[in-house]
This record gives sequence, C-alpha cells and structure tokens, in this order.
Amino acid sequence: MNKVLIVGEHDGKTLNPATAKCVTCASAIPDAEITIALLGKDTAAVSAQAAALAGVKSVLRIDRAENEHPLAALFAPQLVALAADFTHVFGPSTSFGKDLMPRVAALLGVPQVSDLMAVDAAFRFRRPIYAGNAIVTVEADPARKLVATVRVASFEAAKTGGSAAVETKSVSAALPSHTRYVGAKSGSTDRPDLQTAKRVISGGRALGSAENFKLLFSLADKIGAAVGASRAAVDAGYAANEMQVGQTGKIISPDIYIAIGISGAIQHLTGIKDARTIVAINKDGEAPIFEVADLGLVGDLFQVVPELERLIGG
Amino acid sequence: MQKIMVCIKRVVDYNVRIRVKPDGSGVMLDGVKMSVNPFDEIALEEALRIKERGANIEVVAASIGVADTQQQLRTALAMGADRAILVQTDAAVEPLTAAQTFLALAKKENPDLIFLGKQAIDDDANQTGQMLAAIWERPQATYASKVEISGGKAAVTREVDAGLETIEVDLPAVITVDLRLNEPRYVKLPDIMKAKKKPLDVTSLEALGVSGGVLLKTVKTEPPAQRQKGVMVKDVAELVEVLKKKGLI
Repeated sequence: MNKVLIVGEHDGKTLNPATAKCVTCASAIPDAEITIALLGKDTAAVSAQAAALAGVKSVLRIDRAENEHPLAALFAPQLVALAADFTHVFGPSTSFGKDLMPRVAALLGVPQVSDLMAVDAAFRFRRPIYAGNAIVTVEADPARKLVATVRVASFEAAKTGGSAAVETKSVSAALPSHTRYVGAKSGSTDRPDLQTAKRVISGGRALGSAENFKLLFSLADKIGAAVGASRAAVDAGYAANEMQVGQTGKIISPDIYIAIGISGAIQHLTGIKDARTIVAINKDGEAPIFEVADLGLVGDLFQVVPELERLIGG
Repeated sequence: MQKIMVCIKRVVDYNVRIRVKPDGSGVMLDGVKMSVNPFDEIALEEALRIKERGANIEVVAASIGVADTQQQLRTALAMGADRAILVQTDAAVEPLTAAQTFLALAKKENPDLIFLGKQAIDDDANQTGQMLAAIWERPQATYASKVEISGGKAAVTREVDAGLETIEVDLPAVITVDLRLNEPRYVKLPDIMKAKKKPLDVTSLEALGVSGGVLLKTVKTEPPAQRQKGVMVKDVAELVEVLKKKGLI
C-alpha cells in the first residue's frame, strides 16, 4: 500500500483550496491511503474542513503555539518526524509548499519532484521544465520516500462529503529559534482568490499605470473575477507582486482567462495554459497571446474594456 | 559580516526558444547561448550591494557544472565578485546534490550569508536553497524582495502568494531571491578585463566528498500539449455574445 501524507495549507480559519487539489493528485497513486497533516496554533476549524474532503482517510492535527505562522525551519522537523509512517509526502506548489517541502526532502535525504502535474505510477510522474516548454517523466526509487510539490493547476479539487478521522498528535521535534515571523502585508480584497478563481482578468504593461488598472478591477467586480497581471506590469509597479501570473508567479487554471494588453511572453503563457478558455484583447494583431487564445479581439483596451463592461451589464 | 557566498548556475539563456529532441532524450542544447541564471544574477547583485555599503566583505561566487561554466563565473567576477570556485563535473546535478556540494563549500568557506536565485530557469525546481539551509542546519529566507542586515541578523521581506511577509533570521543564513529585489548591473569592458586576473579555483565533487548520482531518473522528455489557435472576433459585441453563449459570463 502507498501511504501519502499531504501537508495542508491554511490560514488558521480556512483550508487553502490547494490542499483539496493535492488530495486529487494523491488519489491518482495506485492503492493510496491519504492522510492530511495540519500544523497550526489551533487547527480545529481547518481540520474539520480537511476531514470533509472525499478520499481522505485521516487528518492529523499538530497544534502548537510555535506553529502559528508557517515557517519552513520550524515545520520541516515536525514533518520529518511524521513522515516516518509514509511512502509519499506531498505539499502544494504554492509559496507555502515551495518554501517548505525541499527543506523536508533534504532532511529526509531524498529528492523532490517539483510541480508534479501527472501521476503515471506510484513512483513515476510528469513535471514541466523550461517554463513548461518541455515535460519530463521522472522515476524515483520506491525504496526511498518521495517528496513532491503538486502543481495545483493540473488537478481539480477533491469533492467534499468525506468523513475522515481527526487525530490530535504531538510531535517530539526540537524547533530552532533562529527564524522568527515579523509580519505580513497582504493586498487583501473582497475579490476571489487569484489562484482558485473561476474567472480571471489580467492586465499587462499596456495598461500604462496603476491608475488604469482600476478599469480591470471594475470589470472584474462586474463578473466576479480575480485580477492578475503580467510580470511586466508588476515590474512597472502597476500591480502588486501577488498578482503576477506566469513561470515565476502564479500558475492558474480558471474557466475563463481574459488577457488585456498582455503580449504573451512564453513565461506568462506557462502560467495560463491550463485555463479552459483564454480571451485575448490586444491592439497588436501579431501579439503571441493570439496563438493560444480561444477568442481574440484586436483593439484598444481603453475603448474595449469600458464597452465590455457596459455590454456584459446589458 | 565578513563573507558572502553566491551560488550561480549556468543555464540556457532566457531568450532561447527551447526545443525537445525528436527522440525524447532531452532538449536541444547544442550551440545554444548559455548564461548566468537570471535569479542568480539578482542574488549576486544583492551581495555586491551589501559589500559596497562599505563593509569589508569578500564575495565568493560558486558554481557546479561543466568546464565552460568558467564563462559564467567570469561574468560573476566581472560584476564584482572577489573570487570564484567551480566544482567541475560533466554529470547532471540534481538539487540535493547541488545542496550537498554547496554545503561542503560552506564548511570550508564559513560564509555569513549564502545567496541563491529562488529557482533556475532550466529545471524550475526551486529546491537548492531550501535544501542547503536544511542540511546546513541554518535559517532560510526564500523569495526575498528586500534584505536588511544588521547586528548578526537579516530582516527579509518575502514575496508570498498572499502578498509580502517579513521574517527575521539569525546569520549565517541562506537567502533565495525573487525578481524584484534589485536590478543587476551591466558588466563594463574594463571589468571584464579585470575579472580575468581574479582567482577562479576549480575543484571536483570527489574532492569535496560528494557522491552525486541519479536520484530521480528522467525517463523521457516531451513537448507540451499545444493549445489550438482559436477564432478572432470583430468587435466587443460579438465577443460578449460568444462568451454568453458559452456560459462563461
């Protein structure tokens, strides 16, 4: 039997949807028994959410004051202790998982499969390299534990309706004091979360200013969409860093992605190619974004976007 | 603080269009332009800026790779690194092996800080810095967009999915850098000339006691599934009509 430990991501109140996607990925492993580990100060609420995911056998709560903030240096030794009973240890390919999982793998002395996008067999997986321009199939030694980060855009979220057993566990691991949480600044909005939104509108450098990004926010609010941005727009200071979509930003898979004033650099395309429908609006008819768009419109975004908002409303 | 080590990887240049070999054995690398991994350039730039703030700090650039990796280390020296170390090998180096190799160098060099790019743009693994910090038993601060050093500590602002997060780590520590930390300098011709005289030591995995080997076997390499080019609409009204018909808005 394959025993998969998934490191759940949460903010103390809500289980991050990336965790449900990791469950779907783990379910693709033959004969898998799935456990979710939740580290936090108080994981009562999120453990109930994790236990409701279909396909999960058990949920382990590791509640500890030091676990209030997800510091990799503190979480990793605890996960190493937990990993003893498992064949696979998975985390999401989010900033949380990407920071944490290699530290776990190295402490275990095993390799990591980053951005796992498909399961071919219990120890055989596919993952993208070169910004998604090539896909490699990799094989690991079944005699070793396998650590992976799951490319969440490649998997649907597991459904709810499960009723996993929840167990509170104490882990005896010495935690270092050399790493301390100071604070966070999030551009929290009432808009849907970019990584899990069904609809996403993104803007590029052609927007020209942070002020002009308001055009996109207005349209997004009309259709309940999240707002993203190209690297060029973020570098130029038009949009916040957490809005970046692409190779080094967020990899997303919404039902509809509307790219506005984005030319479509290969590094951006790698972040959106799992979108069901891509709509491109750009004044340059030769822009590479049109090569991947399902629907394209050549036009000036400053005319198109307000008109789009008006017509959608009508 | 006395010494900063910067780990650098030789990768296919950012602008090269990658093609997969027809037999699935890898990607075509013959004759393509190779460069310093862009994230590692940012890492080096940060180390140099700390040095230039007046402290008497030595900046050591280290890399693992084929003999030609000396070119990338010369670039690092031209940017301003004081000396360079190449761990020369023809074998493919996995992140865990890279981390073990840099650990061996760290034990010799005793740097106060190790900077790396957050990922290399070839394998996109995003692992080496975290693995190095783990086996060095030191703090890690990944995805840095701001680094402030004072009194044996570093306050690092990190780019995370929710926005920005700040953590404080005791030195020595490993910091991996994100895109917006700084803009690397351009190398000037006199600096390239000067770099030729700077020390570049060559060593090997064996000399450092690192075994290497294949932990993850690459079975095959394929091109990604291509999206089909769609249709062009003539105006906004038609776009809205199609989207409504598809139930997308």
